[in-house]
Amino acid sequence: MVKIKIEHLNIWFDSFQVLKDINLEIYENEILSIIGPSNSGKTTFLRMLNRMNELENGFKVNGRVELDQKNIKMLDAQFLRKKVGMVFALPLPLPLTIFENVAYGARIHGEKKKKNLEKIVEQALKKAYLWEEVKDRLNTSAFKLSGGQQQRLCIARTLAVEPELILFDEPCSGLDPISTAKVEQAMLELKESYTIVLVTNNVKQAARVGDRTAFFLNGELIEIDKTAKMFTAPLDKRTDDYIRGKFG
Amino acid sequence: MDSKKTEKIAFFILFLATLLIILPVGLIVCIIIQKGFPAMTWQFLTDIPRQGMRAGGIFPAIIGTIYIVFGAILFALPIGLGAAIYLSEYTKEHFLNRLIKLSIVNLAGVPSVVYGLFGLAFFVIFFKFGASILSGSLTLGIMILPIIITASREALESVPTSFREVSYSLGASKWQTIRHIVLGNAIPGILTGTILGVGRAAGETAPILFTVAAFYLPQFPKSIFDQAMALPYHLYVISTQVPNVDEKIRYGTALVLLILVFFMNLVAIVIRYQFRKKKKW
Repeated sequence: MVKIKIEHLNIWFDSFQVLKDINLEIYENEILSIIGPSNSGKTTFLRMLNRMNELENGFKVNGRVELDQKNIKMLDAQFLRKKVGMVFALPLPLPLTIFENVAYGARIHGEKKKKNLEKIVEQALKKAYLWEEVKDRLNTSAFKLSGGQQQRLCIARTLAVEPELILFDEPCSGLDPISTAKVEQAMLELKESYTIVLVTNNVKQAARVGDRTAFFLNGELIEIDKTAKMFTAPLDKRTDDYIRGKFG
Repeated sequence: MDSKKTEKIAFFILFLATLLIILPVGLIVCIIIQKGFPAMTWQFLTDIPRQGMRAGGIFPAIIGTIYIVFGAILFALPIGLGAAIYLSEYTKEHFLNRLIKLSIVNLAGVPSVVYGLFGLAFFVIFFKFGASILSGSLTLGIMILPIIITASREALESVPTSFREVSYSLGASKWQTIRHIVLGNAIPGILTGTILGVGRAAGETAPILFTVAAFYLPQFPKSIFDQAMALPYHLYVISTQVPNVDEKIRYGTALVLLILVFFMNLVAIVIRYQFRKKKKW
């Protein structure tokens, strides 16, 4: 099933065109990895899906992005962002306790009962593989956690809002290999119930977790295919060069 | 010259500059304490002025100053904070917005006597509040608004954008983000602005001169429409308008004013400290 459909998407920041005529589909319950060198428009593409780009100055867009056959332009931005969660490149806990970080999303969407919040927080932390490590100190500051734990906390925080789609923006760029493995493990579990779009600078990570992989270069979508095919027999020479590390 | 020598010279000059600032301030405080301390009696603090202000106490002036400053903060803090939130969170950077910000900064530099005159024309005469605590508080409030707005804006803008982005990405509205994430982290900075405002408001004579301050009023104000005595004006009166006032009464009044401002600052500092302690980053 197609979860997201993108047609002729063009994005500019001021007069600079960041994305050029992107057409692609994202299927339900898959992990779509997006690879490409810096400044290839990966993050802008990702931030289009939850309309975070429009918070910035000079942003212009045309084309069509559909979520479940509905044009996201017509949706309420808050409603869209509740459905499309995001995990940022750096672990960005809010200046709150561990519990409040996870409960924040549920709270702003109107959940007031302490009992329900406790349940939501516990479930989200379990899904992000963090519960065992923090269950005894939920009321300490989120900044006391290690980087890897913080990133998993951010994943739990996103999950607590009960999104349908999760966007990962280079979630492991600041993490050590062990923390990275834990985050990847969480992602693989999550795709059972969520659709995941993963932007990554790490080609190997795309190979490890992505069902399909898309290669962006200078704002263009060069190639999108099953990950196995992409990494063994890419159609475009530039894809091949990038995967082999000839440029980047 | 080698780098060690220049380092020493630079260090010495910078140290000297700091000393030059601390020394006069310390000296002023010392002299006021030394000359004012003998006046500190229970009667001085709790009695009304007597014998043409040459004896007795300064209690009405203390109460008056507290009322006026409290009123000014009550008026200026919510409005100033609201304006700061609007300016830093809800407006985009364009010409008009920059002009507004610039004017606010410049307003802080307007001589206080101009505010006094404005208060006289606007609150006392136009709104017919008369010379009253209300007029004085509003005038002082307007005077400290720029300080509060500028400090609050800086405090709000120093809260990292990433926190806001996270909040938006979870589906929060702008106002939810401001209320739950931004404001809590900006409170220490906002309080710093308020502290500066309080200090300024308590010590000013000119803005209250035409709007509230009574030359001699040996009773307490009963409502906000009453006139009141105030410490800075009282100090001015007994120093220049009334002959033969004992030196210790004058310095005693100055000392009380100093302590009052210090105490008000202390309260704000303690609150700020509590918030900083809770700050998680």
